[in-house]
Amino acid sequence: MSRLDPPRVNRRSFLTLASLGSFLAAMGTAAAGMLRLPNPAVLPGPVRRFKLGPPEQFSAGSETAFTDQNLVLFRDDEGFYAISSTCTHLGCTVARSKDGFACPCHGSRFNSKGGVVGGPAPRPLPWLEVSRAANGDLIVNADNEVPEGTRYSV
Amino acid sequence: MHNLHDLPRTLKESCFRLGKTPESEREESQATFHNLFLHIHSVRVHVRTLRPTLTFGLGLMATASFIITIITGVLLMVYYKPSTDLAYQSIKDIHFTVSTGRFIRNIHRWSAQLMVLVVLLHMARVFFTASYKKPREFNWLVGLGLLVITLALSFTGYLLPWDQLAYWAITIGSNIANSPREFTDAIGITKFFDPGGLQKRLLLGANYVGQDALIRFYVLHIFVLPLALVALLGVHFWRIRKDGGLAKPEDPPGGLAEWGGERRPVFQPLATKTYGLMALVKGKRPPVNRGPENTVMSWPHLFWAELSVFMVTVATTLILSYYYDAPLKELANAAVPENPAKAPWYFLGLQELVSYSAFMGGMLIPMIVLVGLALIPFLDRRPGGEGTWFGTSGERSVFWQSLLFACAVTVGMLAFTVNYGWLRSWFPNIHQVWIIAINPGSLLVLIFAAWSLFILKRNDSVRLSAVALFTCFLVSFTLLTYFATVHRGPNWHFYWWPSQWPVH
Repeated sequence: MSRLDPPRVNRRSFLTLASLGSFLAAMGTAAAGMLRLPNPAVLPGPVRRFKLGPPEQFSAGSETAFTDQNLVLFRDDEGFYAISSTCTHLGCTVARSKDGFACPCHGSRFNSKGGVVGGPAPRPLPWLEVSRAANGDLIVNADNEVPEGTRYSV
Repeated sequence: MHNLHDLPRTLKESCFRLGKTPESEREESQATFHNLFLHIHSVRVHVRTLRPTLTFGLGLMATASFIITIITGVLLMVYYKPSTDLAYQSIKDIHFTVSTGRFIRNIHRWSAQLMVLVVLLHMARVFFTASYKKPREFNWLVGLGLLVITLALSFTGYLLPWDQLAYWAITIGSNIANSPREFTDAIGITKFFDPGGLQKRLLLGANYVGQDALIRFYVLHIFVLPLALVALLGVHFWRIRKDGGLAKPEDPPGGLAEWGGERRPVFQPLATKTYGLMALVKGKRPPVNRGPENTVMSWPHLFWAELSVFMVTVATTLILSYYYDAPLKELANAAVPENPAKAPWYFLGLQELVSYSAFMGGMLIPMIVLVGLALIPFLDRRPGGEGTWFGTSGERSVFWQSLLFACAVTVGMLAFTVNYGWLRSWFPNIHQVWIIAINPGSLLVLIFAAWSLFILKRNDSVRLSAVALFTCFLVSFTLLTYFATVHRGPNWHFYWWPSQWPVH
C-alpha cells in the first residue's frame, strides 16, 4: 500500500477518535489554564535597597554585619563592598567564622571574599551593588549582584 | 400516640438494619454488608490474614492515626489563623489558653509522627512478605503515592506555626524545589529552561518567604493533600478487596484451618458454581470456583482485631500526648537561623544527603529511590513467597548479607566524609557539575545498585536482588537519620554527642 492509498477510516471510528481527541484537548487546555492561576504574575516582596548610613562612619579595614538586611559591609583601602550573607545552597543565613563564613544548616564554608571553600554551596556568596543616595548615605541594592572584586570608592 | 411511644425502638430499627446482634453466620454476613462502614470488608476472611504476626496491623494503624489527625486537625482549625502576624500567637493561644488545646495539639502532632513511622514500617512489611506481587502491583504504586502524601502532609504541617523551624523549613524546602537551578546553572541553560524557578514560584507565590507562602502551604495542608490522601486511600482499600484480601500463599488442597482451638469445616469445591456478580469478574479471585475453606466470618473475628488495633493506636497517641508536649520554637526570625537548623527526624536522612548537594540529595536521589521502589513489582514478576515473611528460599540470608553490607558501606562513607571532607575541600575550584555527580549520596546509590546486580547475577532471582536493594535502602535511610540526629551539631559539624556542642 503506498502513501497515496491510505487505509480507509470508516466514519464511525473517525467521529469517535475526533470526539475523544477534542475531549482530551479541551480537558488539557482547561488544566493548563487552571495551572496558570497559582503562578503569580506579580511577585510581591519587600524593597531590598538598604540605606546603611554615611560612609564616614565605616573606617578603612572595617567590616559591619547588617543582620536584618542579611549582608556584611566591608571597607578596605580601595573602597566599599557588600557581601550577601544568604547561603547560595539553600538560603540559610551564614555566620562570620574565623576565616570566612559558615552555614548552620548544611555546613557550607566560604572564605572572607565569599568564595566557596567547602560543603555543598554551588556558587560563591554574591557581591552586592553599593551606591550612594542623594543625601550621601551608602545604599546597598540586595537584588543587584556585581562581579567579585567590584569596589565602590567614595 | 402509639407511634410516639414506639419511637425509640423504630428509630433504632431504622438505623441498624439487622436490629440485633447477629446470631447465625447468615446474620453475621448481613451485618457486614448492610452497613456502609463495614461493607468494605469481605464477609469471610482467611485465617492467615488474621494472624497478628503477618501484618502487625500496621496499615490499619496508619489509617487510625490518619483519622485521629483529621479529627484533631479540624478542632485546631477553629483557633489557628494562617497569617504570618497571627499564626505564632494563635498556636500559643491553643497551647496555653484554649481548653484542652494543648492536649489536642499534642495528639495531632503525635498521631502525625506515628503515621509517618507506621507507613514506613507498613511498606517494609508489604515488601518483606512479597505482598506487592501480581495482582497487587498497582496497589504498591498507590501505596507509594500515599507515602509521598503522608510526608508532604507532615512537612506542610510543621510550617504552619510560623516559628523558627517553620520559617527555615520553608526557606530550605522552597530552595530545594529551586535546586534544579544548581544543575541548569552549572551547564548554563537557566535562562531558557528553569523548572526550579517555576517550582519555587509556585510554592512561595512571591520572591521571599512570607504570607503568600504560608497561605499556600495552609491550603495544601488542610485541603489539597488530605483530599488526595482520602481518595488514594479509597482506591487502596478497594483494591485490597478486589485483589482477594491480603496476600497469602495458596492453601494446601483439603487443608483444615485451626482457629480458636477448633477445626473449621471445609467447603466442597464446586467446579461450576460462582457467586453472584463474581461470575463477571475475571482472574483468580478466591470465591471463583473454590469453596471458602480456611476462612472465618469477618463478624466478629476481623472486627475485634481491627477494634483492638484502633484502641492500641489511640492509647499510644494519648499516652505520648499526655507526657510529651509538641514543640514550639521561637518566633520566626528571618535574620538568624537556629544552629544547627534540623528538620524533623523523618527528613534528617534527606538533610544529610542535601548537605552534599541540594539537587542530588533533595531531588534526584529521592526521585531515583521512588522510581526504584515503583519498579519493584514490575521487575519481580515470578510468583512465589506471597504473604509469608521472607517466603522465597535464600531470602533471609540475602537480607542479613545486605544489612551488613549496607551498614558497612554507609558507615564507611560517613566516616570518610567526616574525616577527609569531599571534593570541594580538596579542589576548591572544582566545577559544580562534579559536586552534583560525584558525592557520597550518589555513590551510595551506585554501590547499592551494583550490590543488587551482583545478587541478581549470583542467584538469578529478581526477588532476591530486590530484597538486597530494599534492605540497603532501609538500612541507609535509618543510619543517615540516626547520624544526622545524633552526630550533626552546629554548622553541621560532626560531634560524638550533643553535649559536646560549643556553647555560644
